[in-house]
Amino acid sequence: MYPAAFDYLAPTSLEEALTVLAERGDEVKILAGGQSLIPMMKLRFARPSTLMDINRLPGLDVLEHSNGRITMGALVRHNDVVKSDVAKGNHTVASAAPWVADPIVRNLGTVAGSLAHHDPEGDWASVMLACGADVVLTSRDGQRVVPIDDFLVDMFTTSCRPNEMVTEVRVVTHSARGGGDYQKLERKVGDYATVGVATSIELDEAGKIGTAGLALTSVYAHNLKVTEVEQALVGSTPTTDLFAEAGRIAAAACDPASDTRGSAEYKRHVVDVFTRRGLARALEIAEGGAT
Amino acid sequence: MNIIVTVNGTEHTADIEPRRLLVDFIRSTLKLTGTHIGCDTTSCGVCTVLLDGTPVKSCTVFAVQADGRSITTVEGLKQNGALAPIQAAFKEHHGLQCGFCTPAMMLVGSALIAENPSPTEEEIRWAISGNLCRCTGYMNIVASIQAAAKMTSEGASQ
Repeated sequence: MYPAAFDYLAPTSLEEALTVLAERGDEVKILAGGQSLIPMMKLRFARPSTLMDINRLPGLDVLEHSNGRITMGALVRHNDVVKSDVAKGNHTVASAAPWVADPIVRNLGTVAGSLAHHDPEGDWASVMLACGADVVLTSRDGQRVVPIDDFLVDMFTTSCRPNEMVTEVRVVTHSARGGGDYQKLERKVGDYATVGVATSIELDEAGKIGTAGLALTSVYAHNLKVTEVEQALVGSTPTTDLFAEAGRIAAAACDPASDTRGSAEYKRHVVDVFTRRGLARALEIAEGGAT
Repeated sequence: MNIIVTVNGTEHTADIEPRRLLVDFIRSTLKLTGTHIGCDTTSCGVCTVLLDGTPVKSCTVFAVQADGRSITTVEGLKQNGALAPIQAAFKEHHGLQCGFCTPAMMLVGSALIAENPSPTEEEIRWAISGNLCRCTGYMNIVASIQAAAKMTSEGASQ
């Protein structure tokens, strides 16, 4: 299978890349890892007239931890996250990374590219929604730091403007009293999630839940942040009953489709179970009992 | 567009269309047909080659992306005309049946050993989880990679 012909540009400076975007805007697709984009171009779901390869831009492979947050440049690969000690600062991120795609795809595919592509069944969007990440968009006019909730508009749609590109993703680290997890059911390695559940919590000094995040993959038209669960958790003492309630709320909030991966009823059940399991795992980490 | 790519240690210059896939550049332009095409949809992994030492699925990389970089295909595994440990181990342990996935399995195995000289069975199974064997002959593939790791570390300590 071959994509339609395109102009290929491989700028070597960010300034040059932003000029291409300013001049060609909508005609341009950005090639980072290409592990979603190239298959879509081969199927001709995507037919950009210009493909701008950003792999030769310096500095976009930064993966660092400072001031309570992890910064991931636009060229940080999934496997960079898997192998990095820096990423362990956020338990949800560290838990999800080995479940993204397959080991070879992870060598090229990028976290930022996955978010920018916003496949509604992608894993990273749920992780970032649960953890409250920010996306940095850069254009010749400057930078915008956009909360993930505002960045993700709808399936395959983000608030990135035609003259902008994602240059960075920022996600807070968990404190010593925090924990997080990503539970994913997949039929085989490399498949989309049948169900994915991202959880993140921080305990306050009294041992109650201070902040909570929960987001679901593959059980709605897009990655679904379940604020009702977050509201039910915050201010409460974490117990098995509370997590069971969270599971019920999450299962009621999702709207899975029956397909080759399972019936809607089955997926809803898995959401319930994974929500309870994910929160229990996050709590175990937050209480320091995790191995 | 002109590109310069080093494949198995030899520099190649070519004028190619940007949409040319790396796998077709390797097979059709360079005539190195040890790299196979299976699903053509980034699933099966039989087109795996090493790009600067890292396994990638060459059906999902444009050849222009390899400009200025190094590629290793199965033809580049042999060392001084003799079988590399990974090849010898696949031969010795019957790590192939139909042979279609074998070039990719050997490249992934050699990249794993380069990074992790004594991988556990589980680590090997995870490492090859992006590669399908249509004969389902995974037992001997895993045994072959384990044996190659042992041969490599014994060879290095001599």
